[in-house]
Amino acid sequence: MDKEQKAPARDAGGRGVVKQAFVTSIPVMAGYVVLGIGFGILLHDAGYGVAWSFAMALLIYAGSMQYVGVSLLAGGASVITAILTTFMVNARHLFYSISMIERYQRSGKYKPYLIFALTDETYSLLCDGKTPEGADPDKYRFLVSLFDQCYWVAGCVLGSILGAALPFSTAGIEFSMTALFIASFTQQWLTSHEHTPAVVGLVGSLACLLLFGPDRFLIPAMLVITASLTALRPRLAGKGADR
Amino acid sequence: MSGSLHAALLVAVMAGVTILLRFLPFLIFREGRKIPAYVSYLGNVLPQAIIGMLVIYCLKDTALTQSPYGLPELLAGSAVAGLQIWRRNSLISILSGTVIYMVLIRLL
Repeated sequence: MDKEQKAPARDAGGRGVVKQAFVTSIPVMAGYVVLGIGFGILLHDAGYGVAWSFAMALLIYAGSMQYVGVSLLAGGASVITAILTTFMVNARHLFYSISMIERYQRSGKYKPYLIFALTDETYSLLCDGKTPEGADPDKYRFLVSLFDQCYWVAGCVLGSILGAALPFSTAGIEFSMTALFIASFTQQWLTSHEHTPAVVGLVGSLACLLLFGPDRFLIPAMLVITASLTALRPRLAGKGADR
Repeated sequence: MSGSLHAALLVAVMAGVTILLRFLPFLIFREGRKIPAYVSYLGNVLPQAIIGMLVIYCLKDTALTQSPYGLPELLAGSAVAGLQIWRRNSLISILSGTVIYMVLIRLL
């Protein structure tokens, strides 16, 4: 299943691997720049300028979480809420890392950054394990990861600058976050055979929203979802909830 | 000033937890240790449920009882889902949906 290519003894010259990594990363470029701009504008509208945008893109480097982070910042969320929300929104990264353990375990000096920069999109570029012939696989993966983060940081910073400079009102731009999650919800629905987890997420959250109100429903919703999925495990486990 | 101190703390927490999640498996499952069945089960089902939760989270402040009764959210949200089913290109769905929403809140 895992057709990892062995790196030949000779190292493709530094230039070659840079070019190959750049070509691989191009599909992520448009998405990251556009979503980054959306984030930057949103963050600006919430009252946080370009330095915040740069710091978040550099240190958090997780698209969905940064969007959610804007509303956590704007609402003055508690530290506990921030910890739990980040944990739930980014829990999937545990599983990206798990599937990369063998590949990244011996990546030497590149290993810490490779793990740090393992976003959804970078994972999707690197998860098939293919690397160009003649290139140092670790260096190639490092460069793909680095290019991706450069696009993201550039987009976020550009968004902050645009947010401050645009001559027209950007009211409504906040819907880009809603659109992002509706699009990934729809995409997951289309590629999954088992829709119970998605329904549990929607219904559990809606119930908690009605019970606890918009400012306090997030933590109860996360607990209800985890408890419900745990209770449903005998029914759902091994039924191929994945694509 | 305490406001931006708290904001900086939140950013640090979000960054710290994200980094922890990405590094944890490399620390725990070092020597090919078996991943518990419950953990890999949650890995399968949790992401879909959490995306559902985030959709609700985004729409939590929608005012359904006063004009325009959540109509922009409903129409633009349906457009996003419809476009995603049709073209399966997230970027097109997100951009179109956001533009539609920005137009609708100015018209309705």
